[in-house]
Amino acid sequence: MYGKGIVKGLGITLKRLIETYIDDIKWGKKRYNTDEGIAHRMSKDARGIFTVQYPEEKIPVPEEFRFIPFLIYEVDENGEKIERCTSCGICAKVCPSQCIWIERTKDPKTGRPVPVPAEFYIDIDMCLNCGLCAEYCPFDAIKMDHDYELASYERTIYNKEKLLKPVSYYASIRPRNYEREEKARAKAAAIKNARKKQNIR
Amino acid sequence: MPENINSEGYDIPPEMQQTVAITTLDKIYNWGRKYSAWPMMFGLACCAIEMICTAASRFDLSRFGMEIMRPSPRQADVMLVSGTVTKKMVPQIVRLYNQMPEPKYVVAMGACASGGGPFKGGYNVVSGVDKFLPVDVYIPGCPPTPQALLHGLMKLQEMIDKQSIKNVRWYKREPIEEIPIPILGPDLIDPRDLPQIRSNLHAEKNLGIKEN
Amino acid sequence: MATKSFSIDEVKENFQEINIEEDERKGYSGLIVETDKLVDFANILKNKMGFDYLSSVTGVDYLPDNMMEVVYHAYKSTGGKPMEFKVQVPREKPVVPSLVSVYPGAGFQEREAWDLLGIKFDGHPNLKRILMWEGFAGHPLRKDWHEAYYEEDAKPYKSRWPNGRDVHLAEDRNPYKKNVVYPKDFDPDKWNPEGEDALYLGMKSLQKDDDLKTEQIIVNLGPQHPSTHGVFRMVVNLEGETVKKLEPVMGYLHRNHEKIGERNTYLMNIPYTDRLDYLSSMSNNFGYVLAVEKLMGEKAKPTERAEYIRVIMAEFTRISNHLFAIGTFLNDLGAYFTPMLYALEERELIMDIFEATAGSRIMCNYFRFGGVARDLPPGVYEKMRDLVFDRLPRKIDELDKYLTNNELVRVRSEGIGVLTPEEAIAFSAAGPVLRASGVPYDVRRAEPYGIYNRFDFKVVARNHGDVYDRYLVRLEEIRQSILIIQQALDQMPDGPIINGKPQYQVRVPAGEAYGRVEGPKGELGFYIVSNGKPNPWRYHVRAPSFINLTALSKMCEGDKVADTIIILGSIDIVLGETDR
Ligand code: SF4
Ligand code: SF4
Ligand code: SF4
Repeated sequence: MYGKGIVKGLGITLKRLIETYIDDIKWGKKRYNTDEGIAHRMSKDARGIFTVQYPEEKIPVPEEFRFIPFLIYEVDENGEKIERCTSCGICAKVCPSQCIWIERTKDPKTGRPVPVPAEFYIDIDMCLNCGLCAEYCPFDAIKMDHDYELASYERTIYNKEKLLKPVSYYASIRPRNYEREEKARAKAAAIKNARKKQNIR
Repeated sequence: MPENINSEGYDIPPEMQQTVAITTLDKIYNWGRKYSAWPMMFGLACCAIEMICTAASRFDLSRFGMEIMRPSPRQADVMLVSGTVTKKMVPQIVRLYNQMPEPKYVVAMGACASGGGPFKGGYNVVSGVDKFLPVDVYIPGCPPTPQALLHGLMKLQEMIDKQSIKNVRWYKREPIEEIPIPILGPDLIDPRDLPQIRSNLHAEKNLGIKEN
Repeated sequence: MATKSFSIDEVKENFQEINIEEDERKGYSGLIVETDKLVDFANILKNKMGFDYLSSVTGVDYLPDNMMEVVYHAYKSTGGKPMEFKVQVPREKPVVPSLVSVYPGAGFQEREAWDLLGIKFDGHPNLKRILMWEGFAGHPLRKDWHEAYYEEDAKPYKSRWPNGRDVHLAEDRNPYKKNVVYPKDFDPDKWNPEGEDALYLGMKSLQKDDDLKTEQIIVNLGPQHPSTHGVFRMVVNLEGETVKKLEPVMGYLHRNHEKIGERNTYLMNIPYTDRLDYLSSMSNNFGYVLAVEKLMGEKAKPTERAEYIRVIMAEFTRISNHLFAIGTFLNDLGAYFTPMLYALEERELIMDIFEATAGSRIMCNYFRFGGVARDLPPGVYEKMRDLVFDRLPRKIDELDKYLTNNELVRVRSEGIGVLTPEEAIAFSAAGPVLRASGVPYDVRRAEPYGIYNRFDFKVVARNHGDVYDRYLVRLEEIRQSILIIQQALDQMPDGPIINGKPQYQVRVPAGEAYGRVEGPKGELGFYIVSNGKPNPWRYHVRAPSFINLTALSKMCEGDKVADTIIILGSIDIVLGETDR
């Protein structure tokens, strides 16, 4: 018989509608605008409504999520910004779309390069968000950001000022990566110190 | 009422804002437009997949009054340029834009549509749709996640909200000029560039003669 | 490497009169055939030796040797190693006999080689440009052809570091700021666009003089059309409602993947492959790293854990791709968006896994040479288990229950777009299209790569070769993929995820390699020629979506115009891969 399929199809939609309301009643206030509710809608048991209502609710971004890269600076005791980047240029070399431009600082007197970038540009409208720069930076100076709400009315190229973010921000968005890297850095520093001491002796 | 209230750039004092007819009208006008901006259903590349996901259950574009994606440009208000604009495709895109009725908006979704993206260096890629069309909102990302797209569309709504009946281009007396459709020549030709192309090629030729 | 299973003498026995030699360049393999005798060679190869499936045709521009080479990879449709053969022609006059008469599946690929490399194929019935437009200046993949934003032959560019101040460099160097260059003798006032008219004329001339004169209508579908799955265009000649002839027009998303790929270093290409078939980036990664790993040899052998992760990810990709395909297929049938919403819901859950592991929903960039980029974060393993042991089987059964026996689906799709097994092989169709026609050919079985030989799964095939069977094949393949993931999750060992230290400069010895995987759309192959430098000399993608389209006209002819939409939908193309 023709038309049976359509009735069946409508049945699915109806079932879903009812399921939504059953869950609404069962869960009460916890269903919407809570982390628990969102997590449920993202789990294998999700049924009924599946929508996460951006912007009131946001899907939690996982730690590995990558969007636009940013540069990390640390703050020393005097409140001065210390950039981690040494302008070694590895990120500019691995970048697949070649959207990173770095200018090295030169010592005005000697003309020798100083390990701080004078300028650092990323054309975010060429960037593939691939994360290779963050993966291969030997100084953990460039990392991938979680902030995706970047829409603007103008096409922009990010410069150093716009790219720099504090290390505490990084620790907050990628706690596990941060911890792992800090451990590795501490170890490397210890080895270096030990070597220095040996040399002095 | 002072004479210059109808001129552009006149700041209405805050205490008067609610009473001035035109602002109230603007509000209603923009409120209506803002929540019924129908996008044109047309996907170009990878970003289109994220656009489809945005329209699907989890992100649900219809919550913003945009669920009806119209395949016909005549019924659409927003052109979501979702993906790489290639030289072969750009004549069609410009044609579609010309066919859209005013008011119309262009959203460049993703790196490709905004600035050429990862494929910018390619010989068949246009470095950003803004080389041909006026873009209202740029959404970076490759691809922008559905939430980033939604954020961009909210930005567009904000922008619509700020417009005023008085100075929008579609109520101006003079007709709105169409964008000339690019030609597929030995390479892409923008008719607006023709004079420059002629003179450049001419100069090049002369240079060649001199060198010889 | 690849032809090791055939001894050259054994092969030579079959070709008494034809001069063939072994390719003896270091790192190369295969046979070099006399150009004039190519068609005879192919005939014998196909009919006597059973290599009936021509997988890939491509050209290579050996600029230093002043030579163009056309490389063919043929297989037996019953499985086994490839037969690779080549012809070499001088660069100034690259003319090669066309193989369309022997292998119709070469049709589009030869057109592509003509378009991009300027190799003429003698005897090709329709040798027009395919990706660029008619009238475009030059053949872009030639090594001495430079694009408008040309900077250097290979990345990384010197302008980026240490004096990277010219941020807008590409635009500023170009006089029109628009990524265009014009040939010196170009006169814009005399320019007369060709192509379109020729296309329509070709469609018109179909009618013979003594036919009953009926009205012919030529309809253009696309490039902006809601049902063409992107920017694809079909020009259809109709008689009433019946399709007389159909010609696909593509290239609207031609993003110069191969030219860019030849400028890139090996590592940089991985994120670019994501953007080929953007519904299944993990599979693309897989194919590419496989090809490069073949060249690199033992030192890039993936670790055990990485092998398992790769298989799991590739199979999840297949599931998500097929869900999308089934959703859009229902869309094409006219069930506007609703079934798609249900299918996308499951896909969304898979995307969550990708996002948590690889960092991005659809552009995963997850595979590395010798392993994968990072290990599974905590919680992901459990999530995967939840999905494949509980949710997905349940939901797939649900889809099956509601769709498979729906009478509208069956009426619209049974007996439509039929492709017989012989045709499917001849047209080099791949993936579900091939298998729905009754040829149980699956690269995972025919020439197992990775660790696929450890898993127990069925190669799904059906034998009507119509749209409905393609749908059923996809549905069943999802089930098989779930089975594979279940086994892989159970067996997955702990251990390192990459062989050696991650490196951004990989050493790839000179040579050639053809790596292929069974992508969700069919056989996805990467043909790479290395000359020992950090970037590939030739980088070619055998794109299943592109080659499957060769059979489109055949499938559509005689059907109704409304059916062309679902036939196209059933091939399941993705434009990023079709046009590259
Ligand atoms: S961000 Fe890292 S890789 Fe890039 S220049 Fe700075 S230190 Fe080097
Ligand atoms: S994310 Fe990728 S494309 Fe973007 S700046 Fe980093 S390396 Fe370049
Ligand atoms: S911005 Fe990225 S995801 Fe979007 S179309 Fe371009 S390459 Fe694809």
